[in-house]
Amino acid sequence: MNVIRLMIVAVGGQGNLLAAKVLGEAALLADIPFRMSEIHGMAQRGGVVESAMIFGDAKSSLISDGEADILAGFEPLETLRAIGKCNKKTVVITNSMPLPPFAAAVGQSAYPDPDELQKLILEKAGSLNSFDATTLATEAGNVMAVNMVILGALAATGLLPVSAENIRETIRNKTRRNFVAVNLKAFELGFTTQSR
Amino acid sequence: MHKLLTDEPGKKMLLLGNEAIARGAVEAGVAVAAAYPGTPSSEISLNFFQMAQEGDLYFEYSVNEKVSLEVAAAAANTGVRSMCIMKHVGMNVAADALMTLAYVGVRGGLVILVADDPSMFSSQNEQDSRYYAKLSGLAMLEPSTIEEAKEMTIRAFELSEQLEEPVLLRTTTRINHSTAVVTLNTITPPKTEGDFTRNPMRYVTVPVVSRQLHVRLLANLAKAEELAGQSPFNYTEGKGSWGIICNGVSYTYVSDALDDLGLEDQVTVLRLGFTHPLPEKMIRGFLSTCETVLIVEEGEPILEEAVKALNDSAIPVIGGKGDELFSRLGEFNPALVREKIARWFEVEDPLKSATDSAIQANLPPRPPTLCAGCSHRATFHAVKKAAWGMDVIYPTDIGCYTLGMLPPLGMADFLICMGSSTGTAAGFSKTLDKKVITFCGDSTFFHSAMAGLVNAVFNKHNFTLIILDNGTTAMTGHQPHPGVDMEKHGLSGFGRIDIEEVVKALGVGHLSVIHPFKLKKSIEALEEAFAFEGVSVVIAREICTLYGKSLKLPKMKAFYVSDKCRNHKDCIDQLGCPAFFVKKGRVKIDSDRCTGCALCAQVCPENAIRPVKK
Repeated sequence: MNVIRLMIVAVGGQGNLLAAKVLGEAALLADIPFRMSEIHGMAQRGGVVESAMIFGDAKSSLISDGEADILAGFEPLETLRAIGKCNKKTVVITNSMPLPPFAAAVGQSAYPDPDELQKLILEKAGSLNSFDATTLATEAGNVMAVNMVILGALAATGLLPVSAENIRETIRNKTRRNFVAVNLKAFELGFTTQSR
Repeated sequence: MHKLLTDEPGKKMLLLGNEAIARGAVEAGVAVAAAYPGTPSSEISLNFFQMAQEGDLYFEYSVNEKVSLEVAAAAANTGVRSMCIMKHVGMNVAADALMTLAYVGVRGGLVILVADDPSMFSSQNEQDSRYYAKLSGLAMLEPSTIEEAKEMTIRAFELSEQLEEPVLLRTTTRINHSTAVVTLNTITPPKTEGDFTRNPMRYVTVPVVSRQLHVRLLANLAKAEELAGQSPFNYTEGKGSWGIICNGVSYTYVSDALDDLGLEDQVTVLRLGFTHPLPEKMIRGFLSTCETVLIVEEGEPILEEAVKALNDSAIPVIGGKGDELFSRLGEFNPALVREKIARWFEVEDPLKSATDSAIQANLPPRPPTLCAGCSHRATFHAVKKAAWGMDVIYPTDIGCYTLGMLPPLGMADFLICMGSSTGTAAGFSKTLDKKVITFCGDSTFFHSAMAGLVNAVFNKHNFTLIILDNGTTAMTGHQPHPGVDMEKHGLSGFGRIDIEEVVKALGVGHLSVIHPFKLKKSIEALEEAFAFEGVSVVIAREICTLYGKSLKLPKMKAFYVSDKCRNHKDCIDQLGCPAFFVKKGRVKIDSDRCTGCALCAQVCPENAIRPVKK
């Protein structure tokens, strides 16, 4: 089968690893070959977390520069930082709500201008869907559900070999019971954003 | 039940490499496991720690890697299957035990997992542990995938019993921290009771015994080479007179690259998984069928040197490390391996993409920082205030507090390895006319910094050691250590060693304990310690804030910046706590991140930072 390479980037604590786990479990459910690798050395201490996911018959579990089919970012600056993974066909989905790194948050360095940031991403990628996933997560009932909103948007691209239904089922079975309702709502809000 | 104890042979599970290895050990019937935590291997021991609470497996967090290997070595010599887990630099600590254990051998299978970290995602060096196999004369297995990591763990126990020697299972971060679908097999119930027959002329390594044991080791090494030649982990695939020899995770990149380049019919791959001793006959046979050979291995040119030494003619031409080829630095990736293969065999790389790193270079970085409410920040600040005006050097140690090197704290001047705080402090104090103030964590103190402190008292060195006692091994994910009260965590059957009592017993000249969030008192105590001639110790005691959160300790009230603030920004400039942000030129505190430690409130010259009223 065709190999699909998906890169997810986030700030530590945004739930990147859970999103990746849901996709992995959904792939297992659908019997689709799947590999993933994580870089999360200092995630709990505010660093960047990256997950590389490879669907299909590839043996490696890493995505080289220029080789992501899809890049999903939970934070716009981190999406831009990972732009090296993209090529002119890459589909980029990003949360537009910044979570400035400390130096930018206290005014010691500048956070990129949002329009400039989008322009830079589009120069290097095929397409961009940038939307406020943080507000949608809050609307779904928990600001922490940004990961599920982005998953929804990812599912709606139709590029993943796992179906939206498989992902929904995985959210129902593999995420914490108290959060299932919120997670599913967040997923649907993200799904609609991409389909629009 | 722990998910890795699921007894459903044939079930498919999504597992992290480290989980697959732990599961492999369980399927092999491991009975005793011991480790000092170290990333990228930490999750293996964490899973053992959790599983040990539910079954017959005995697991311990040992005080350091050397002790963990000694524990496992003895257990294995009573005929019980044992495992010892460490990161690559941990092997340096365990090496003394390893080298002579290879002479003595084992009865029950002993698997020593060593996790290398090419690119140094979370390590101080990227040494290649394959040299330890050569140095010790032990067999080494290296998995290429997660599925194989589980299978090799099982086979490593069998091989160890076959050879009556420990077996080294070597991974790299990319195996430890990758995830894939793994099929479960049957769990072998562990044999937990051992036996031992006295035989000093076999087990006590005095010279007369060791001379015999070295003969034994070399005989075993020859036997291991024979087994390597028959091992299903060493195989060829593809066809053609171009050859590639590769190991570990590099094999996956080679395999994908040959697909992408359409070279399956031109290139034969020799994949080596049983990599020490090398199957020399097999490699010679492979070389005789090739015109040209590329060696693809991360790290040092170990395979390359061995293969070149085995090649006794001008053909094939052999390449590996070199200016135009592979580097000894960092980890590989699929595109890099594809590009080098295309270059070596002189074919087009149709996927070659030009990358542009100019954008990333200008973005504000997001370095890891000490957490909001981290007590180390308070200690560092207090030390800085107490040492104000002094000419100071700050040797440090390995733990979260190494992050104290970053601005605005800047509290780290020298670091080489676990426990080096006390030893290096001693050396600096002999040759520099500076005050020496050194830091180590509680777990690091027990691991090896304690020995340096004993040395300092005996040799009458002159420095202050600050022990950052946050009640856990924080950096690697909150593992216990000998200073932790395990009863508090609902776990019985543990002793407890009080760091304060240890330091007293060592005869340290000046000892005090501070609670770093009480800033003024802490500064006073530190000033006294710094003024002391000789070895002084200050224990900074406050629980790790992340760990406290996971234990659901009562939360303190968050703080806010009141209108009394006159924008000195001392709080930001001196502390750099990530709960601060600036909005419209005014300092604010993110109440979700603030833990209420009150450090900033004590730094503010206007007393403008106040607890939130509920």
